[in-house]
Amino acid sequence: MSAAKTDTLPDPSKRDFLYITTGTAGAVGTASFVWPLIDQMNPDASTLALASIEVDVSSIEPGQAITVQWRGKPVFIRNRTDKELEEARNVSIAELKDPSSRNDNLDNGDATDINRSAGEGKENWIVMIGSCTHLGCIPVGLAGEYNGWFCPCHGSHYDTAGRIRKGPAPENLAIPKFQFINETNIKIG
Amino acid sequence: MSGGHSKYVPVNGVMKWMDERLPLPRLVYDSFVAYPVPRNLNNWYTFGAILSIFMVLQLITGIVLAMHYVSSTDMAFNSIESIMRDVNFGWLLRRMHANGASFFFLAVYIHIFRGMYYGSYKAPREVLWILGVFIFIIMMATSFMGYVLPWGQMSYWAATVITGLFSAIPIIGVPIQEWLLGGFAVGDPTLNRFFSLHYLLPFMLVGLVILHVWALHVVGQTNPTGVEVKDLKKETVPFTPYATMKDLFALALFFILFAYFVFYLPDYLGHPDNYIRANPLKTPAHIVPEWYFLPYYAILRAFDFNIGIPFTDIVLLDSKLAGVIAMFGSLIVLLFLPWLDFAKTRSGNYRPLFRQFFWIFALVCIGLGYLGSRPAEGGYVTAAQILTTAYFAHFLIILPLLSILEKPKPVPPSIADAILAKNKAA
Ligand code: HEM
Ligand code: FES
Repeated sequence: MSAAKTDTLPDPSKRDFLYITTGTAGAVGTASFVWPLIDQMNPDASTLALASIEVDVSSIEPGQAITVQWRGKPVFIRNRTDKELEEARNVSIAELKDPSSRNDNLDNGDATDINRSAGEGKENWIVMIGSCTHLGCIPVGLAGEYNGWFCPCHGSHYDTAGRIRKGPAPENLAIPKFQFINETNIKIG
Repeated sequence: MSGGHSKYVPVNGVMKWMDERLPLPRLVYDSFVAYPVPRNLNNWYTFGAILSIFMVLQLITGIVLAMHYVSSTDMAFNSIESIMRDVNFGWLLRRMHANGASFFFLAVYIHIFRGMYYGSYKAPREVLWILGVFIFIIMMATSFMGYVLPWGQMSYWAATVITGLFSAIPIIGVPIQEWLLGGFAVGDPTLNRFFSLHYLLPFMLVGLVILHVWALHVVGQTNPTGVEVKDLKKETVPFTPYATMKDLFALALFFILFAYFVFYLPDYLGHPDNYIRANPLKTPAHIVPEWYFLPYYAILRAFDFNIGIPFTDIVLLDSKLAGVIAMFGSLIVLLFLPWLDFAKTRSGNYRPLFRQFFWIFALVCIGLGYLGSRPAEGGYVTAAQILTTAYFAHFLIILPLLSILEKPKPVPPSIADAILAKNKAA
């Protein structure tokens, strides 16, 4: 009985093995051709190379702000007045739409005013990516219901600490990695 | 294209020789000459032909514009100005292309509403309808990318806002956005790939249109009675000359309107800010898309609140993602229309309630379009929320309910009977 079986049926394991290896090689080959086609669209080396910039902020008086460009995006640097600081501090976390600090310089933390600012002793400074967390328009400074920033595109209101208070934007304005490298200069990135 | 009963007879030996090798003339003859169309089609049925012509027009003007256009952020804006001032007839070609896109959309909207009124999406035309929705979506992608090419302020900020939609997707959203842009913000890589795709997509559109027409010729056209053709001889006429002439006449009227815009109101449908060169550091005070995107834009902006579990802080969908889902959802829902409206009666002419809701729906769409053009403030947002609800309710609640509850008027037994009854009354 068993002898007859081996006579009529070829050894299945060998053929299956060939099918599977051919199929696998084909799939891997296709994938390794498709990946370059997809990956070529990612930011290229020259775009990634624009990693950091340095900005002199010594001429920015309280109440003034400048916008600089970093990685093609605007960055707001604002020297806040005492009144603006006061307003931002008096907001309780419970009132906020987004309670997270969104500060790349901190591991995480609440969106308190100190966590949003340049830190102890430099609370008046705020440095943020000036692109609305809704769909990326640039909010206008000293505007909106909270006297901070107002995004004209779809009506998002940010307060003086750049926290989202009203409108479709989901998150507080992002704070990039930055540091004061001396009394007058900031390094972003 | 219907297999079997071809009426084509080659006129001479050359055509016979060809017919035995590649029967392309036979295909064209059977599809556009002998093809039987219901004899009671009205003028709303001419927009399919108008659309085909406008697609060809966009291809022709686009290909010649591409001979003068430069897709780099330094040069794009100036190359458009040089097309307008220096290139022979450049002003005409560009205005035809820019206004042509608007008229293409005007025609497609009429065509879609025609289909909705006469129940054209119902069996056996579901695939035909779905192909149409795909065509519509590819058209939108094409004209969005085309609008970025002149590199004006609206171009730049439209590109920013629309690619920003993808950043709403949790976790993978931002990498997807950067992949689409080729950078951290809209720039040279973005402009170049948009140009490449703006060249490619119209040809994919042509492919889809061929499938659309093929599907149409398999199942045949509907007609205002919604009753299928029963007697080819009594109820249909050959496509040429009857439909060809009727379509050409409608096309001529549509072209007059088009020409009026091209020559007398060339910038009426555009936005003046797009004549300001793109500035990545300044958003225009009031961003609006082209008119044909306004209803979707209103839906996107209607969500200024997070969707969560009531009385808790748990957020299921933040406002941004909710807006994006609703905007894409408003298109996706069209794909399911053949199954959401399952009433047996096809044509709106015999469905009194459906007909009222159809016109309410049309007004809702126009209202959304108006709201999309207004700033996203106060009462406008509330109104957009109400109309967005009405938009989705039409598809998801009203149409299924009407399919069950509505008592339609009696449908004529055949097209021939409907025509005879009409002639008697007149
Ligand atoms: C489905 C058909 C098409 C649609 C709906 C469409 C739509 C548009 C729109 C809305 C614009 C912006 C016009 C403006 O504001 O100036 C544009 C620009 C442009 N399109 Fe197309 N297009 C189509 C086909 C094509 C094709 C086939 C080409 C060929 C390569 C092309 C090449 C261009 C070029 C070079 C521009 C930039 C010049 C300009 O802005 O006038 N288009 N297109
Ligand atoms: S991009 Fe700022 S509100 Fe939409």
